[in-house]
Amino acid sequence: MPAIDTVISTTDILEQRSRRDARHERLFRWLLKGCALIVLASLLGAAGATLWGGRDAFGTFGWHFLVSSAWDPGNEVYGALVPVYGTVITSFIALLIAVPISFGIAVYLSEVAPAWLRTPVASAIELLAGIPSIIYGMWGLFIFAPFFADHIKPWLTNNLGNKPDDGKLSWVAEHVPFVGKLFGSDYPFGASILVAGIVLAIMIIPFISSVMREVFQTVPTRLKESAYALGSSTWEVSWDIVLPYTRSAVIGGIFLGLGRALGETMAVTFVLGNAMHLSASLLDPGASIASTIANQFSEAVGLQKSALMALAFLLFVVTFIVLLIARLMLRRLANKEGR
Amino acid sequence: MLTIKHSPLRFAAAATLAVAATFGAAAHATDITGAGSSFVYPVMSKWSAAYAEKTGNHLNYQSVGSGAGIAQIKEGTIDFGASDAPMKTEDLQKFGLGQFPLVVGGIVPVVNIAGVTPGQIKLDGTTLADIFLGKIINWNDPKIAALNAGLSLPAGKITVVHRSDGSGTSFNFTNYLSKVSPEWASKVKFGTAVEWPTGVGGKGNEGVSQYVRQIKGSIGYVEYAYAVKNKISWVDLKNSTGNVVSPTAASFAAAAATADWASAKDFNLIMTNAPGEQAWPITATVWMIMYKNPKNAANSKVAFDFFKFALEQGQQAATALDYVPLPASLVSQIEAYWASEFKH
Repeated sequence: MPAIDTVISTTDILEQRSRRDARHERLFRWLLKGCALIVLASLLGAAGATLWGGRDAFGTFGWHFLVSSAWDPGNEVYGALVPVYGTVITSFIALLIAVPISFGIAVYLSEVAPAWLRTPVASAIELLAGIPSIIYGMWGLFIFAPFFADHIKPWLTNNLGNKPDDGKLSWVAEHVPFVGKLFGSDYPFGASILVAGIVLAIMIIPFISSVMREVFQTVPTRLKESAYALGSSTWEVSWDIVLPYTRSAVIGGIFLGLGRALGETMAVTFVLGNAMHLSASLLDPGASIASTIANQFSEAVGLQKSALMALAFLLFVVTFIVLLIARLMLRRLANKEGR
Repeated sequence: MLTIKHSPLRFAAAATLAVAATFGAAAHATDITGAGSSFVYPVMSKWSAAYAEKTGNHLNYQSVGSGAGIAQIKEGTIDFGASDAPMKTEDLQKFGLGQFPLVVGGIVPVVNIAGVTPGQIKLDGTTLADIFLGKIINWNDPKIAALNAGLSLPAGKITVVHRSDGSGTSFNFTNYLSKVSPEWASKVKFGTAVEWPTGVGGKGNEGVSQYVRQIKGSIGYVEYAYAVKNKISWVDLKNSTGNVVSPTAASFAAAAATADWASAKDFNLIMTNAPGEQAWPITATVWMIMYKNPKNAANSKVAFDFFKFALEQGQQAATALDYVPLPASLVSQIEAYWASEFKH
């Protein structure tokens, strides 16, 4: 009898324990689901709130809001073209500069640099990533923009632009389409789309390069060693072995940087020049979605406030489209590799 | 173990006591809250410190922008709002509000032209408007030369610098341009932000001063204190009587004194282009907006006491920060308005 008792009580305990485990498992799952749902809810909430706030602007101007370059609080006419263009083009310039440099940094740190140098440089990069954006903005406004206006811009306008100081068009401006327009400018100062792009590039290099360095280190040594054994140079190993192996993570890192560039507010507000005019020139001032909102939100009322909310919603849309493109690119790459 | 376990508790208890003590002390005084215009923020903080020292009552002023200030007073979450633009009498009546000016400041055009010192260059309203409209694009334009006999101006291009953020400074500056230039009034109009026909935007007074200092041949506008602090050359202006005046405390005060307050119901008057002989044409003020029948009568009473203190004893603090106290004639009009319009 005592033996049976023990068996029963053991089964009881086991049953109890498994029930408790199941309960805990359920609880844990709900907790995880809750965590994930918070992200989804806040995303939908923010997008929904900006769409709701911008309903007056969308209702008043309709599709015209997207293609109009007007931003005229005096006459209550608003369009999103100038800020959307400014956001996309400054981020594009930033990527154009930041991606090759980040790749160089990452390859140097993971393949070339002597071991004692790797950790200090890597920490320095991570430190750069932590600098508040207002500092970059002040540096851009007080130091970089005047330097650019004095030393770089004159060369660009005179040698590439369609409005050189002496009136004589350079060969490039005359014969290569669009270049003259891109670098032609009447304004004698630094703050411009190009400067904003450069400052943004400096801001996102730490993000992209630290992701790249991190994933480059995951490449199995035997792959690299085999390539070296076959007589590959460092460049060939980086380009043909390391990069293909880590491609999707590298693209992920690039889009992380792009995401930051698209939404960057303070630094861009300082160095973009804040002019609501559409200009083909990279040396003219412009406006971005985030800078327009930061500039005007505190004093805006009525339709202007609604137009700013509508702009915020468009920033969601632009970011969403960019992420969608990233996903499509990754999928195409995966298909090509037959994975 | 025990001590380690207990020490955070003990600390928490001590902290609670300390917090309770702080709040306990404060509970004897009344805390009032205001929000709005950033233009008035520096002098407001100075006044509130002096007032707290004198009476023990604290003022918490949030410099969130005029638009937000008006929105918050309409919702009744604060004791007073502060706005760079006056509210219309209809709107005031709809919400049961009243408004009055508190302090005066000047806005000055500033330039960066090689060899031109503060006050050396003179402009009139229409020329200034034409520059900001992008119609006058060179410093050697005959219209500018006609106003500046004896001053040789270089042939450089003019770069216009304006505020990129919505601001009371822009509101008063564009209001002045609307009064002196029919073209500005019909095309651009006036407001805290407008569609600037030309130029670049700097964020805040600091942003505009910085751009003007960097860009040769530029012209912008800032609050007077910024022009003085940053040593930027300001422009003398021809006022509505045809006199050329310099931006000084006296000319700002002249504008405040000669503006036609008596016939402006609820002080709804923007005093740019004031009629005085010595009046600086771009002089601005800020309006305090309060409920006539406040929900919290005790707080409202303290707020009025604070404003009385600011108007009657705060002149020195205002002058030190390059604001101008209201002239005595206006102060007595305001106090009469308090007595007739507000319950307190």
